[in-house]
Amino acid sequence: MNETVRETVGGSASGTGTWTPVCPLSRIDVEGGVTALVGGRAVAVFRTFADEVFALDNVDPFSRASVLARGIVGTRGDVDFVASPMHKQAFALRTGECLDDPTVRVAAYDVRVVDGTVEVGGVRGAR
Amino acid sequence: MSTPAPRTPDRPRLVVVGHGMVGHRLVQAAIERGLTETHDVVVIGDETHAAYDRVGLTTFFEVGAEALSLLPTGVYDDPRVRLVLGSAVTGIDTASRTVRFAEGDLAYDELVLATGAAPFVPPVEGRDLEGCFVYRTLGDLEAIRDAATAGARVGAVVGGGLLGLEAANALRQLGLETHVVEMATRLMAVQVDDAGGAVLRRHVEALGLTVHTDARTTAVLGEDGRVTGLGLADADDLPADLVVFSAGIRPRDALAREAGLEVAERGGVLVDERCRTSDPHVWAVGECAAPAGRVYGLVAPGYAMAEVVVDALVGGPGTFTGADMSTKLKLMGVDVASFGDAFAATEGSLELVYADAVAGVYKKLVVSDDGRTLLGGMLVGDASAYGVLRPMVASGIALPDNPEDLILPAGRGAATEVGLPDEAQVCSCNDVSKADITAAVAREDDPCDSASCVTRCTGAGSTCGSCKPVVKKIVEDFFAEQGRVVDRSLCEHFAMTRQELFDAIAVGGHTGFDAVVAAHGTGRGCDVCKPTVASILASLLNHHVLDAANRVVQDTNDAYLANIQKNGTYSVMPRIAGGEVTPEGLVVLGEVARDFGLYTKITGGQRIDLLGARMEDLPAIWRRLVDAGFESGHAYGKSLRTVKSCVGSTWCRYGVQDSTSLAIMLEHRYRGLRSPHKIKGGVSGCARECAEARGKDFGVIATEKGWNLYVAGNGGANPVHARLLAQDLDTETLVRYLDRFLMYYVRTADRLQRTAPWVEGLDGGLDRVREVVVDDALGLGSELEAAMDAHVDTYVDEWAATLEDPEKLARFTSFVNAPDVPDPNISFGVTRGQAEPVLHEGPVDLGATIGVGAPR
Ligand code: SRM
Ligand SMILES: Cc1cc2nc3c(=O)[nH]c(=O)nc-3n(C[C@H](O)[C@H](O)[C@H](O)COP(=O)(O)OP(=O)(O)OC[C@H]3O[C@@H](n4cnc5c(N)ncnc54)[C@H](O)[C@@H]3O)c2cc1C
Ligand code: SF4
Ligand code: FES
Repeated sequence: MNETVRETVGGSASGTGTWTPVCPLSRIDVEGGVTALVGGRAVAVFRTFADEVFALDNVDPFSRASVLARGIVGTRGDVDFVASPMHKQAFALRTGECLDDPTVRVAAYDVRVVDGTVEVGGVRGAR
Repeated sequence: MSTPAPRTPDRPRLVVVGHGMVGHRLVQAAIERGLTETHDVVVIGDETHAAYDRVGLTTFFEVGAEALSLLPTGVYDDPRVRLVLGSAVTGIDTASRTVRFAEGDLAYDELVLATGAAPFVPPVEGRDLEGCFVYRTLGDLEAIRDAATAGARVGAVVGGGLLGLEAANALRQLGLETHVVEMATRLMAVQVDDAGGAVLRRHVEALGLTVHTDARTTAVLGEDGRVTGLGLADADDLPADLVVFSAGIRPRDALAREAGLEVAERGGVLVDERCRTSDPHVWAVGECAAPAGRVYGLVAPGYAMAEVVVDALVGGPGTFTGADMSTKLKLMGVDVASFGDAFAATEGSLELVYADAVAGVYKKLVVSDDGRTLLGGMLVGDASAYGVLRPMVASGIALPDNPEDLILPAGRGAATEVGLPDEAQVCSCNDVSKADITAAVAREDDPCDSASCVTRCTGAGSTCGSCKPVVKKIVEDFFAEQGRVVDRSLCEHFAMTRQELFDAIAVGGHTGFDAVVAAHGTGRGCDVCKPTVASILASLLNHHVLDAANRVVQDTNDAYLANIQKNGTYSVMPRIAGGEVTPEGLVVLGEVARDFGLYTKITGGQRIDLLGARMEDLPAIWRRLVDAGFESGHAYGKSLRTVKSCVGSTWCRYGVQDSTSLAIMLEHRYRGLRSPHKIKGGVSGCARECAEARGKDFGVIATEKGWNLYVAGNGGANPVHARLLAQDLDTETLVRYLDRFLMYYVRTADRLQRTAPWVEGLDGGLDRVREVVVDDALGLGSELEAAMDAHVDTYVDEWAATLEDPEKLARFTSFVNAPDVPDPNISFGVTRGQAEPVLHEGPVDLGATIGVGAPR
């Protein structure tokens, strides 16, 4: 069993200020994504062209498959978004809001880069 | 079947008898013009199919019933319309205002008869024998096809008019030796004169049909109740085992007669200018109606009548005062058109004739005595001018100074440059004028941006299609005049078409998305332009799609070299070129599938799909497959999929060429070629076509002399048969043509456009393709071949290369921070002994379900 995992799973508590280090920033392609295990859940972590980092729940609410990290990252107007690899619905990276259907959103996580390491925190805002 | 809803007193009911072309148009118009806001509509048709394109009936053997349907769903969107099929109306009582049909008596407030016409079968002895048919409905054609496949060899068509020739051509296409028996001295006697008839006859004979003119059928001969031939006046008997009567039509006016409604002297329900019968609540439209005593055997006047009746019912003033009887024959390869006063019946009219017996062309214009107005004409062998000439007649516009230019061969004439006035009727089938077309492209709100959009919005070009070139020209001229560029932007990031982008990238020598978007786009791209650029770069460079510079712009499936499945797992589909696989290969596939728990299925493309692989298992699975000699099948790519084969001459007793070897060779040649959409091929060893090659983007069918090459077929949502590009080719020439064809497609097609719509949309269509590929008219041939050679020379197996590269392999992991933990969101059940995906309600929380510290 992987050390990191045990720690993060143990320390899991969403929105309580716990930060889980997931990987070096260099591990994420620019305009790419990776999946991380954070608090027992699959979280998609993205890196934009401007080198900002965002994290969303990895499960696409439309297809219910755990795949968002594998989508194409781009822009719609000024909004950074990822297109679900399943049926191409667009989700805003910053908020998790679905740009094609405002009634749908995925959880967005706090995320930061500390000394070149990406760390994911809890879900943004109230659940 | 449910009983008809009781009539609500406040909602009057309109009953339509007959769901053919005109009945359907009437219902459409009733919905569009709001008649259904006040009326309930019940339509009763006796055919089992909902209304279909009878004009296109002959294409049934090629495209099937579904493509012909005018109402593919079988129901109208409007819930106030009820359609009853397979049920005949057997009586009308105008006093109680009811009609009788299978469900009982149905009351109406207004009744429309749209019962069409029935083929006329001359009262000759033997006409009821088994093997006698008419040519009017889908049911008729199904019966003819069944008889042809059940062994009929010789067919005879009684009647050499427009419909008779269509029927004869259909018999020929079914493989029958076909005779046309015509009583008059020439074919299509109603539309063309003797000189035109003679030219037409040569064309028809060149198709392989035998024509008998001056031949009156006196009896159908038979034995044991089955047809054996035709007895002819003053000629020997004609042996035949299938007879199709096409000797004219008779309006179906029996219901009206029995109800005591007035009928015309020569048949047809007599109606006034508003299409009202002698009973004020009964109307008649289409081929069963006789406005001013005359029956119109064409669809356009029927449509006009349908509009007039709906107009009357909503309180409008419309009238029907006669119609254009222009016709154009759609027989493959033979153009015949006749319009206006084709026989120069107008007093003092003059004729202008152009004839080229060698080329088989005969054209005649009938002009007014001062030579200023076109009155009519006929075109045989080349009807390309029809689209421009016919509206000139209808609108009576002044002829140019040299009217003969209009019928001189292209290049010398200026037919397409003649400006039409706004009121000119461009589409006679749907009564669409030039002004209607320009209105559709000019309107404020959501204007049409293409000819095909105009066809959808106005109907122009949607029936017989003969006006399409003119529609396109009007749309293009309009845009040119406006100085407006049609918006063909790929997406918000690139204001160019795929073809323009392709050229820009090729010229600019770009190798990555960043450079392309910097040079030609805005923003950071999206799921539309990124894969498009990725595909173009791959076509041009043939690099590895997972190279660092471009892996994040790949389409979903390319990004992991596998096809994503509904639960986020992947399918694995190694290449099985031509469908040929060794027993050892099968054993390996079986072992891999077993060891990784993969669902296994034979695909529709002659290979084996292993489904349900977790992303992180893909490298290990492919290690085993590559070691056993398999390579990527590119099932995930917009690239060559499979070249389907049959066993061919190696095993099959009918095979005339080695289709399997050719299929494997072609699949290996074009594998990995990234293209606008996927490409599929097929090779059959003889005309029996077991490989279904004509359903593919390219299809090869063996002949005694070599190979016939067909292109631009499609299965899928809009099936199209591939069409013949070149015949009896040797293998080398075949490959050359295919290289050119595929590269031409790769360079010029739109994003996600298969070859069939690409060719359809090309200016000049298949002829254009033939010019480029076969005649090398653009001189592009060697360049296209060189591009293909470069592709073939640089091909490497993507999966083998990925396995050698740790950087590429690094992306195949479940969790970046927990590579040993499989994604808990993926679960399987079991069906028929194999794995099956199971979806969860929402995200699965490993911490909660499994407990801290034991995430597996
Ligand atoms: C596996 C297979 C079905 C099967 O179990 O047999 C299949 C599966 C899929 N087909 Fe297919 N098609 C399969 C044979 C066909 C065929 C038959 C054939 O190739 O002879 C056709 C009709 C022929 C044709 O393409 O003209 C076919 C017409 C389509 C279409 C419609 C294309 C069109 O032009 O309308 C799509 C949708 C698309 O590509 O946009 C499609 C799309 C798909 C996709 C990729 C849908 C998707 O995006 O998930 C499926 C995923 C494949 C996978 O492995 O996950 N598939 N599909 C067949 C794989 C054949 C192979 O060995 O490569
Ligand atoms: C092979 C072929 C090629 C043609 N080519 C052309 C062409 O190129 N150009 C052109 O303009 N026209 C062409 N036509 C003619 C065109 O198809 C007709 O003009 C058109 O279909 C007439 O439409 P309609 O609705 O009046 O009759 P139909 O389409 O015949 O529809 C009448 C419907 O009413 C049904 N019906 C009849 N009686 C009853 C009843 N008592 N109860 C219930 N239902 C009933 C019939 O079964 C039929 O389904 C062609 C026809 C054929 C057969
Ligand atoms: S297409 Fe011809 S050669 Fe090939 S299997 Fe069928 S019958 Fe045999
Ligand atoms: S003239 Fe027949 S579709 Fe336009």
